[in-house]
Amino acid sequence: MNTRMENFCTNPAKARFSGALFQGICTAFIAFLLFVFIVGLPADLNIHNELQITPQFGYLFNYVLIAGAGRFTWCYSGGGIRGAVLAFFPGIILFIAYRAWLYYISAAVAGNYVFSIQFGQLAITAIMLAALLAAAWLFLYSSRIRSAIAGNIAAITPAMQRYAPGMIIALLLIYPVFIVTFVVDNMAQSQKWIDNYAIQILIYVMLAWGLNIVVGLAGLLDLGYVAFYAVGAYTVALLGNHFGFSFWLCLPIAGIFAALWGVMIGFPVLRLRGDYLAIVTLAFGEIVRTILQNWTPVTGGANGLFVKKATFFGIPFERGPNGFAAFFGMKFQAAHYKIFLYYIIVTLLILMAWIITRLRRLPIGRVWEALREDEIACRSLGINTVTAKLSAFATGAMFGGFAGAFFAARQGRADYTSFVFMESVIVLAIVVLGGMGSLSGIAIAAIVMIGGMELLREIPSSLQMIFGPDFRPEQYRMLWFGLAMVCVMILKPRGFVSSRTPSAFLNRKKAVPGHFTVEGNG
Amino acid sequence: MDYNLFFQVLINGLSLGAIYGLIAIGYTMVYGILGMINFAHGDVFMTGAFIALISFMMSTLMPAVMPVAVVLVLVLVVSMVFTSVWSWTIERIAYRPLRGSFRLAPLITAIGMSIVLQNFVQIHQGPRNKSLPDIITGVWTIPGTDIQIQNKQILVIATTAVLLAVFSYIVARTPLGRAQRACEQDRKMAALLGINVDRTISITFIIGAALAAVAGTIFFVYYGQINFYDGFIPGIKAFTAAVLGGIGSLPGAVLGGLLIALIESLWSAYISPDYKDVAAFAILAIVLIFMPSGILGHPETEKV
Repeated sequence: MNTRMENFCTNPAKARFSGALFQGICTAFIAFLLFVFIVGLPADLNIHNELQITPQFGYLFNYVLIAGAGRFTWCYSGGGIRGAVLAFFPGIILFIAYRAWLYYISAAVAGNYVFSIQFGQLAITAIMLAALLAAAWLFLYSSRIRSAIAGNIAAITPAMQRYAPGMIIALLLIYPVFIVTFVVDNMAQSQKWIDNYAIQILIYVMLAWGLNIVVGLAGLLDLGYVAFYAVGAYTVALLGNHFGFSFWLCLPIAGIFAALWGVMIGFPVLRLRGDYLAIVTLAFGEIVRTILQNWTPVTGGANGLFVKKATFFGIPFERGPNGFAAFFGMKFQAAHYKIFLYYIIVTLLILMAWIITRLRRLPIGRVWEALREDEIACRSLGINTVTAKLSAFATGAMFGGFAGAFFAARQGRADYTSFVFMESVIVLAIVVLGGMGSLSGIAIAAIVMIGGMELLREIPSSLQMIFGPDFRPEQYRMLWFGLAMVCVMILKPRGFVSSRTPSAFLNRKKAVPGHFTVEGNG
Repeated sequence: MDYNLFFQVLINGLSLGAIYGLIAIGYTMVYGILGMINFAHGDVFMTGAFIALISFMMSTLMPAVMPVAVVLVLVLVVSMVFTSVWSWTIERIAYRPLRGSFRLAPLITAIGMSIVLQNFVQIHQGPRNKSLPDIITGVWTIPGTDIQIQNKQILVIATTAVLLAVFSYIVARTPLGRAQRACEQDRKMAALLGINVDRTISITFIIGAALAAVAGTIFFVYYGQINFYDGFIPGIKAFTAAVLGGIGSLPGAVLGGLLIALIESLWSAYISPDYKDVAAFAILAIVLIFMPSGILGHPETEKV
């Protein structure tokens, strides 16, 4: 394509322009083919419940134009990440122009268009977005800024490595105190920050660390991890309901049961490799989910099961003289329980991080990593791959079981809708996006992905002021999640943290780039 | 034993198996060449069904009334063409940049594309079930029995058989098919011998999507309704079918699809409809544990 264009025009700048224009037109045409049915001709039910096509050619035209203009900019600016960042500009300008136009039309019809206010809001948004993109571009492409940042990071790295764990633990411990004292007015409002953000993210960190043992360390691709999560949750529910066991008694039992299930599922699939292993674990996950959904007498079916709350050394979190609040002479608040749960999961996570970093240095951890790198070499060196794989499955499953038990206590119930295949996928995505085998990378990925998803719930109210009430970004939540997965993978295929600290080394320890480690075939 | 019920279930199972088989071919061909699970394929199938639905509704808006057969052929062709564009774009955007990267990377982008496609369709087409009255009506009764065969079941099985024959011919006899099989065996060597590997892979995706579009059209004609999440379960079942039949093998995919569908139908009819998925997946697990390369697959040799 390019050479043909260059022969055509003698002027290289002109050739670049016409080449990019050609690419842009091609992309616009493909975008038209893609979107003409799905966007341009939506078939939805009308008021009378009849299926009806209501053409939306405005949207279609907008999408096609954005695709074409984006591709043109990308090609014209020479491609790469820089081109991708630049390509956002025409896209965003066109999007805002289109929304403004829509607004203008609808308001002109209604006859109550307050032009200046709407225009001002749109202009502010446009300027803010442009500034954001310019900052991103500067950050990525100004070599001076980049080298300055790199220099600073290099300077503080040794200190960071030494103090980071302690600092992170301290931050985690004071987080609820900080929220309750400085961020919210009264404790009831802290729910959002502690429960919706912190606990939600930490549960995913726990699940992802557990799956990391199976996928990241031992290299066994497991698509049914959510089954162990479910085992943990239902263990707590069933033992609590039938035998009156407390949460604290159930927690270790849930871990043991989940580990047993890990061995049970792991044993038959030992001989399978790679994608076969993935599909069989997926099948097991679906079997567990179907049974939970349909075995109503035991699992409660669609209604799920009730789970008792955890207690503080036997003191329940409830209203009344025997409750936690009364015991400490405080006013009863629901948020106390959430803060208590937060500290439980932080404690569990600290323990878990400690165990995993120690496990990596033990012979069994080294065997897992060796297994990931080369199974045949392992076997020829006399390593028992059966016990190695089973112990990886069991350990990973045990942490999944703990997470499930905690999740059940937090929700107050266990029902199958929390244990669908999509959960396994999200956890696996976090492990891979974070960088397989890297605890810190996985934690960052969980914060970005889960925190980002939760954050997107909040955005609608602010954006609706600008784009009108029919603009509902919360329905784009999963769409953004999917797009982010694709973009991160393409830009950083090795995940956020792409260097690994070796667990065994000659003379001195140095980080290894991620692409030196292979992922196993199971 | 009630033979009427048995044969009835068998016929229903065959129709469902045709749909699974058509989707499974897309999985098996892509796996054969790239060695990756194309997770978005189930959603490509769903997109195909949506495009079929919309183009069918557009055809009813035409001033001239066309015979049903003509309309169906038109819908089928439109759906195949436009769904192929989707699949081609997905391959171009999400898989091609990661060629040569580590094995899990394209799996993650595939999962990402699956989420994107599902939600994109949900946003623009609405979350509710889209249903239409039966397009093809009419029932045959086999003389002397109570077994009924619906016209649409005949259509489903006939379409599948014809398309399978056509595409098997393409893969087995044409230069394109040869290029495909060469890429399957050794991509680097094929490239050295002058095969445009990228284009061959693109065409594989297009063929897979065209067959998924056929499956989508059939699904929509057969069940009369479609929803944005309808791609997920058939997608997983079809992948299961591809693995069961021996991944990489075309007849294996169809055989696997038929087996999975028959197991499901028989299980729902005789044991419990709630646990039909358990039956299908349990049999998959058992087959894979004792026959890891599937029914018609070649055993993988391990190079040291």
